[in-house]
Amino acid sequence: MIAFVVRRLFQAVIVMFVISLLSFSIQDNLGDPLRELVGQSVSEEERQALRDELGLNDPFLTQYLRFVGNALEGDLGTSYFFKEPALDVILNKLPATLELVFGATLIIILLSVPLGVYSAINPRSWFSKTVMGMSIVGISIPVFLTAIMAIYLFSVELNWLPSYGRGETVPVFGSWETGFLTKDGLLHLLLPCASLASIMLPLFIRLIRSEMMEVLESEYVKYAWAKGLSPLRIWFLHALKNTMLPVITVGGVQIGTMVAYTILTETVFQWPGMGFLFLEAVNRVDTPLIVAYLIVVGAIFVITNTLVDLIYGLVNPTVKLAGKKS
Amino acid sequence: MTTPVEVLDIPTRPSAWARFKDTHLFHSFTRDKVAMVSFGLFVLYALAALFAPLIAPYNPYDPASIDIMNSELPPIWQEGADPAFLLGTDAQGRDMLSTMLYGTRISLMIGICAVMLQMFLGVLIGLSAGYFGGRVDSFLMRMADIQLSFSTMMVAIVVLAVFQAAFGAELYADLAIFMLILVIGIAEWPQYARTVRASVLAEKHKEYVDAARVMGFGSGRIMWRHILPNTLSPLLVISTVQVANAIISEASLSFLGLGMPVSQPSLGSLISSGFEYIFSGAWWITVLPGIVLVVLVLVMNLLGDWLRDVLNPKLYKG
Repeated sequence: MIAFVVRRLFQAVIVMFVISLLSFSIQDNLGDPLRELVGQSVSEEERQALRDELGLNDPFLTQYLRFVGNALEGDLGTSYFFKEPALDVILNKLPATLELVFGATLIIILLSVPLGVYSAINPRSWFSKTVMGMSIVGISIPVFLTAIMAIYLFSVELNWLPSYGRGETVPVFGSWETGFLTKDGLLHLLLPCASLASIMLPLFIRLIRSEMMEVLESEYVKYAWAKGLSPLRIWFLHALKNTMLPVITVGGVQIGTMVAYTILTETVFQWPGMGFLFLEAVNRVDTPLIVAYLIVVGAIFVITNTLVDLIYGLVNPTVKLAGKKS
Repeated sequence: MTTPVEVLDIPTRPSAWARFKDTHLFHSFTRDKVAMVSFGLFVLYALAALFAPLIAPYNPYDPASIDIMNSELPPIWQEGADPAFLLGTDAQGRDMLSTMLYGTRISLMIGICAVMLQMFLGVLIGLSAGYFGGRVDSFLMRMADIQLSFSTMMVAIVVLAVFQAAFGAELYADLAIFMLILVIGIAEWPQYARTVRASVLAEKHKEYVDAARVMGFGSGRIMWRHILPNTLSPLLVISTVQVANAIISEASLSFLGLGMPVSQPSLGSLISSGFEYIFSGAWWITVLPGIVLVVLVLVMNLLGDWLRDVLNPKLYKG
């Protein structure tokens, strides 16, 4: 087990290293920090002097090590546009994105488990067929289109829900502003969270259904029926447990995908989160901000994936621990 | 060496259709209405995309045929429509029907080319990983794990965003089509590599492979000519779904402004260009290409589901 953990952590470090290398080469090649600093009206000699002073003429490795050293201290440069440390700018926007992901995850868990389990238990009922039919339609609609349609229907035509922004937020834990505690904030969360959930929900319903159907065919479930256990106990205690194992793995990968889709959702709803900020930074060629986003999001990916693998290794004793016999 | 094989092949050709008519695939196709309708629609899409320049009443790439005075005309069944534009016009005064036909053409082309690239990379890597095993296998599959753990969308958004920032928007617009194919093609290779590897592992200890090896064929020949043909049905299943996914990815990237430019729109960039007009009531600029896109993707997904049910006996009972 310890070998497995170490191996997994080692892989995480390697991936973070590759991300940092990529981020650094982006920073090295994209835009000119000097022009952002001093503008056009400085002579060539002064520029060269300044380049030397800033260390921009140092060899690649020296510059890279300096970059990593600074990054480990939390210094990812200063945003050209905001004139503030890039990491601070990103982290200020993090709560908005996390709340979006949290809300969507909540919707997915609350809906996918009951729907998936129901359609696995009663595969021939009309309700299950409707759910499966809806889910394949759901997979086929890109998330930004769902969002646009939701805005058109609920904001433009019916005028029930707001179409952009976070609405009223209240501070909790210092700088964390939450929209979950005000009515206005919740109303603003509803459409973006539902849109973000719409792309993942069908996937999970289908996954839970097919895994559950496989488990229900297995010997130990038949044995449980033979023992005369109550159906509820078999479905939710015996079968669901083993259904959730692959769901955890897929879930871990999908959290990353969800962060990617927040960029789309945030763009449609003008949600003031990291994704929206990132696209603005791209349009302004605000290199430090782009790099900071890459590192933060890369770290989120690596941490969630590592955690999911470790949890999976813990809850599933049959997981293949490489390097061990049988 | 090759000539006699071809001579032998020719007499069997006419019966290929007859043989196909007798397969499990064809029989379940004739019995499944959803599959038939989906396939029909897909053929319709393919034809529309192929012959778009002939069918389309206007050429949306030709600035001379565009009149800004015609902008935001509604489709023909609504008030204030111009009968010259069957499905209305977009914000620049382009005929919606023509732009959508050309957009479908671009979306489908990017989707199919990207999937061909994925398949090429994935088959190459999956075959080598499965056939050689050992170190090569574990290294390649680790790479696949890592690549998969970063979602395609994330990788594509970041790569395209950086390229756009580096090239500037104008140069980027010219290269967009190649960039999209490359990025979507490269980001999804693990899907194929894993599938091919799994099939190769199942096949490689069978007797016909041993026979081929005993006859002294090289690894390359055994992999391509002997093992690969036996992995084709899972490839067919994932290819349909992958084309659907690639089209969605392309549309999403175009929506973010990282894909096709408005002057040469795909379905995604059409939806994107109409988004700001939805608040003023010009819904058709967004909704019509949206429907075209969703139906195309839905049809591909339904075909993929049906193929999986038919070709994969393990899931057949579901």
